[in-house]
Amino acid sequence: MKNIDSTSHVTGKSIYLDDIPILQGTLYGAVLDSPIGHGEVVAIDYSEALAMDGVAYILTHEDIPGENQIGGIIPDEELFAEKEVHFQGQPIALILAESEHIAFEARKLVKMKFTEKEVITDPREARAKGRLIIPPRTFSLGNTAAAWAQCAHIFEGTAQTNGQEHLYIETQGAYAVPMENGHIRLSSSTQGPTQVQRTAARVLGVGMHRIEVDVVRLGGGFGGKEDQATPWGVMAALGAFVLNQPIKVVLHRLDDMRMTGKRHPYSSDYKIGLSEELKIIAYEATFHQNAGASADLSPAVMERTLFHATNSYFVPNVEVTAYSCKTNLPPNTAFRGFGGPQGMFVIEAALAHAARELGVEKCILQKKNLLKNGDSFPYGQIADGVGLSQIWEDLEAKFDLKAVEARVQEFNAQHEDRKKGFSLMPVTFGISFTKTPMNQARALVHIYSDGSVGVSTGAVEMGQGVNTKMLQIAAQMFSLNPSRVKLESTNTTRVANTSPSAASATSDLNGKALQKACQALQERLKNCAARHWGVTSADISLKEERIWVKGKATDMSWDQLVDMAFLARIALTENGHYATPIIHFDKTIEKGHPFAYHVFGLALTEVTLDCIRGTYEFDSVKIVHDFGKSMNTAVDTGQIEGGLVQGIGWMTMEELSYDQAGKLRSNSLSTYKIPDIYAVPGEILIEAFETEGTEMAILKSKAVGEPPLMYGMGAFFAIESALRAFNPDFESTYDAPFTPEKVLMGLYQSSQP
Amino acid sequence: MIEFILNDRKIATDQPSGALLLDFVRYEKRLTGTKIGCREGDCGACTVLIGSWQNGQMKYEQVTSCLTALGNVHGRHVVTIEGLNMEGMTPVQQAMVDESGTQCGFCTVGFVVSLTAYCLQPTAPSPQHAIAAIDGNICRCTGYKAIGRAAQKITEALAGKDVAQPVDWLVERNFIPTYFQLIPDRLKAIRPRKQKQPTGIVLGGGTDLYVQKHDELAHRELEVMADRPEWRYVRMEGGFCRLGGGTTVSDIATSDIFQKHFPRLGDHLKLVSSSPIRNISTLAGNFVNASPIGDLTAFFLALDAKITLTEEKQNRSIFLKDFYKGYKELDKKAGEIITEISFHIPSPNSHFNFEKVSKRTHLDIASVNTAALITLREGIIQQAHISAGGIGPIPTYLHKSCAFLQGKPLSPKTIQSANDVLQAEISPISDVRGTKEYKRLMLRQLFYAHFIGLFPGEISLKGLLEEE
Ligand SMILES: Cc1cc2nc3c(=O)[nH]c(=O)nc-3n(C[C@H](O)[C@H](O)[C@H](O)COP(=O)(O)OP(=O)(O)OC[C@H]3O[C@@H](n4cnc5c(N)ncnc54)[C@H](O)[C@@H]3O)c2cc1C
Ligand code: FES
Ligand code: FES
Repeated sequence: MKNIDSTSHVTGKSIYLDDIPILQGTLYGAVLDSPIGHGEVVAIDYSEALAMDGVAYILTHEDIPGENQIGGIIPDEELFAEKEVHFQGQPIALILAESEHIAFEARKLVKMKFTEKEVITDPREARAKGRLIIPPRTFSLGNTAAAWAQCAHIFEGTAQTNGQEHLYIETQGAYAVPMENGHIRLSSSTQGPTQVQRTAARVLGVGMHRIEVDVVRLGGGFGGKEDQATPWGVMAALGAFVLNQPIKVVLHRLDDMRMTGKRHPYSSDYKIGLSEELKIIAYEATFHQNAGASADLSPAVMERTLFHATNSYFVPNVEVTAYSCKTNLPPNTAFRGFGGPQGMFVIEAALAHAARELGVEKCILQKKNLLKNGDSFPYGQIADGVGLSQIWEDLEAKFDLKAVEARVQEFNAQHEDRKKGFSLMPVTFGISFTKTPMNQARALVHIYSDGSVGVSTGAVEMGQGVNTKMLQIAAQMFSLNPSRVKLESTNTTRVANTSPSAASATSDLNGKALQKACQALQERLKNCAARHWGVTSADISLKEERIWVKGKATDMSWDQLVDMAFLARIALTENGHYATPIIHFDKTIEKGHPFAYHVFGLALTEVTLDCIRGTYEFDSVKIVHDFGKSMNTAVDTGQIEGGLVQGIGWMTMEELSYDQAGKLRSNSLSTYKIPDIYAVPGEILIEAFETEGTEMAILKSKAVGEPPLMYGMGAFFAIESALRAFNPDFESTYDAPFTPEKVLMGLYQSSQP
Repeated sequence: MIEFILNDRKIATDQPSGALLLDFVRYEKRLTGTKIGCREGDCGACTVLIGSWQNGQMKYEQVTSCLTALGNVHGRHVVTIEGLNMEGMTPVQQAMVDESGTQCGFCTVGFVVSLTAYCLQPTAPSPQHAIAAIDGNICRCTGYKAIGRAAQKITEALAGKDVAQPVDWLVERNFIPTYFQLIPDRLKAIRPRKQKQPTGIVLGGGTDLYVQKHDELAHRELEVMADRPEWRYVRMEGGFCRLGGGTTVSDIATSDIFQKHFPRLGDHLKLVSSSPIRNISTLAGNFVNASPIGDLTAFFLALDAKITLTEEKQNRSIFLKDFYKGYKELDKKAGEIITEISFHIPSPNSHFNFEKVSKRTHLDIASVNTAALITLREGIIQQAHISAGGIGPIPTYLHKSCAFLQGKPLSPKTIQSANDVLQAEISPISDVRGTKEYKRLMLRQLFYAHFIGLFPGEISLKGLLEEE
């Protein structure tokens, strides 16, 4: 089934936040933000702005009836800065005016005075100064200290990955409408409606029941609207509460880029030890996560870095430690992969470093050390359903790895100005929220008396196709034509206390809840039919909108059965609840079984470097991916292609840049580049790895949102290999992204003009 | 009064000429299919079609409505997605659905509109043209492969397109609604706008103006170059090529004269902005914007072009290389308008090349760019015009390097020595587009690239590196 929104998307009829019809009296908000990286507020003069024609009000911390606090994991973030600002772009006030234009013009008239304080942008410096969001955490297995003695080869180094701007094409936004009795109806472009609701209630000082959050769809999220959609939603709600007028806040692109956090930059140290036979004996790493000015989701992101520190390899002795470092940048946040990619990059760098020094191909080291069933992850979970060795062999066979190697060598021998390189990038990614209580979901299903069906879940549609999968489940369970099922907006009054749509787990959690609801309704209807036909409910089946008894079609249609059930006063509404079984994790010992299952895969990336200009093109990326039993290949293929290209962007052209004062230099689409159609690999081939799937996944169809992003890391190592074909003396500092600038400097490392 | 046709409706509005088309369609007319992603021309979410009656034919082009002033659509046909929708889906829409070319959907309308512009081009369909048509559309979800497959399908559906009368052909096959056929007559009924008093701000395509001064312009009257169609031409006169001050980048891309004299023109211009930007942006706007990394400025500096500046019928003509006095400081009076650009058509012994490197190869501003026109006779460099951008405060004509090369034999040694001169002549600074060390190295490489590319028999990278 194609994405159910495709038709309205291609005709421009899909409704996003900025398309919601505007009610009379709506005021528009422009967020006033800190122009400095760190300092104390001395005075803010709003008088000129307030005097401007059309300005209605300026909302500040003084208007907050509840708590001026929006921190989710740790209460360390104000909605509007009060006494101190901690990053450039930190919200201070919301200027409300009759038009967007007036609000933005008025913003220019506000005069602010600060006493500036020291700005820290480097996570290592923050750690050295003791500025940590939470105490460091360490995962360990075996005993690295004792293991070094057994290693024939030991390599140490550093690795960096820069941050990444989400660049959802729809910017952040919210629209709040006051209802009677101080209730607020809030439309928000958020991945986490409950989080917006909870935080708005806290700031307004009211119960959550007074705030209704509704989400139709997002124009992209990628993690950037998991926690960071909240401030704008809360500001709009606060404005509506205070002024009793509808309030719309939609960020301009430059404001969005300046004010919101991104993927966390990491600066890490590694030490890896191998045996004579090139088996990894020991691995140590220290991760410095650049968290930005407040916690946001950083502690959880940091945890996933530790979970994925050994990627797809078995290492008997591991000690990895992570520091969440507090700097004066916007609070960094969730982004597809959620810290996992940052952890994996470091061990991939360590292996590349080892391979270079040992004079072997990196893929030999990788293949020798692949994780197998029964191996323990450093966090205690025993690997199960691992397909890595077989995936590796599949890839070698299906894409003829030998021929690729030969082709690359031949090309390089024949060409002076251009060089090719390739890399292999295995991925092992754990599925579940690592915070166990978040692994629950609910779905509300109404069968209307005419036989049509309405489905509400906690899942937010943002392009990942979750609504399509939900519709498939409901239509399949009731054996209905999909046109009889409607996926409702995600709304906190229909489905409460939801987890955000994140961690790749949305379809699993919500889908399983939906299955349960449908099952219960199906049972009731079957019982009703069984009574009618005088058989047991086991004799009844539903096929193509018809009732079958003992394997034979009857003349009773689905609609008739529903009508009959309604008249018999049978409940045609059901709320399904699902909580992932088995999983647990004990933070006091850093051991447990946090993941329902893992997703595995392998990518082969080929690149061609232009050694005159330092530019590159990816010839192809060929992937063997473990889908389980994909329930929707169109949607899942789209996730792989999109995730891969996003990962390649992160590793190549996407260069986030702040200056010493914490000012974002890559502050627009003209200075922060994401892949365009010419930048993507010439060919992306995806082969499904044939497995039975796992019962823990919805319809055995494994989660697919995040894992493909990490295939993109192969881009970095393919470039490194091509670069060394031109300049064998090149030694990578493993500092991603590998921009054309770094490539050119690397090509001519010893021969600059 | 600005008049145009929006989809199938006649519009007459007293909004100022500086008001933006995007805001007009979305907020005045509530045609919300057109999206806002950046307001800077860099994402394509706001793409619409502009049709104009040119040389007896309707010509449709995709443009970014976020940078298009209402003044620039007077007398034209503006088409948003709502103006393309019909009872069923168009083959473009259908292909995007069938190939899963849409995920979150926010970019999708822009792609559909650009691909429709591709269908409307008066040229034979090809996969390369299809992809080129969406070079200004950014998608963060799909990774483009599915969109590429859709483009392929559309190309197949265009087999046998009537290149002379695309509108009729496309209407017949439900690519576009029938009302398109009546547009020419309706447009002809719209009178040209009266010349306004000078307002102090000249508007070319607006692709620099609106990025820089969006807030100021939206409520103002501007002097719209498009109101002077007589200033838009490309023609030969003697050995000279003359271009009107309103000439757009796409105009030269499609000009026979340019195609004939610059065989690699397509490759060069592909590196400059994107189709929707090239469709509206003017050469003169690029020159006057005076960005040190202006690509067309570098291009025309190497052609040793002249510009004609006009104020109240007073003309004067200067070399482009003398136009730049300092950072964004020009030899130009406030009221002067560039009305003509001219250059000597290169002789058969002259070889032209343009090079540009940026973080992203397409739709990106150069880290460094350079153009070269080298006249070679019997192994001797008779004359060299070389420009470079990104290595100083102004678009630079490399006077000293050019002088050095003159009369020297074409050899690796000459080029290396010229690079020494060149390195002394530039003063790059570190910024978001690269460190100064990178820019120096890059310019050396691109300088070498001119010779490697133009004289592959004589000059190679290895030769240039070895003899150092
Ligand atoms: C997304 C995007 C990508 C871009 N990519 C590139 C790129 O790759 N390379 C590049 O070089 N540029 C690029 N640009 C910049 C811009 O497109 C070019 O500089 C373009 O040529 C400007 O022309 P315009 O007609 O749009 O200028 P306008 O914005 O209309 O005008 C620019 C300036 O010139 C003045 N002006 C215009 N016409 C005249 C005239 N005839 N006489 C006197 N003054 C005049 C205006 O008053 C204004 O000061 C890009 C811009 C955008 C938005
Ligand atoms: S809104 Fe991005 S190009 Fe116009
Ligand atoms: S489908 Fe989401 S940006 Fe293209």
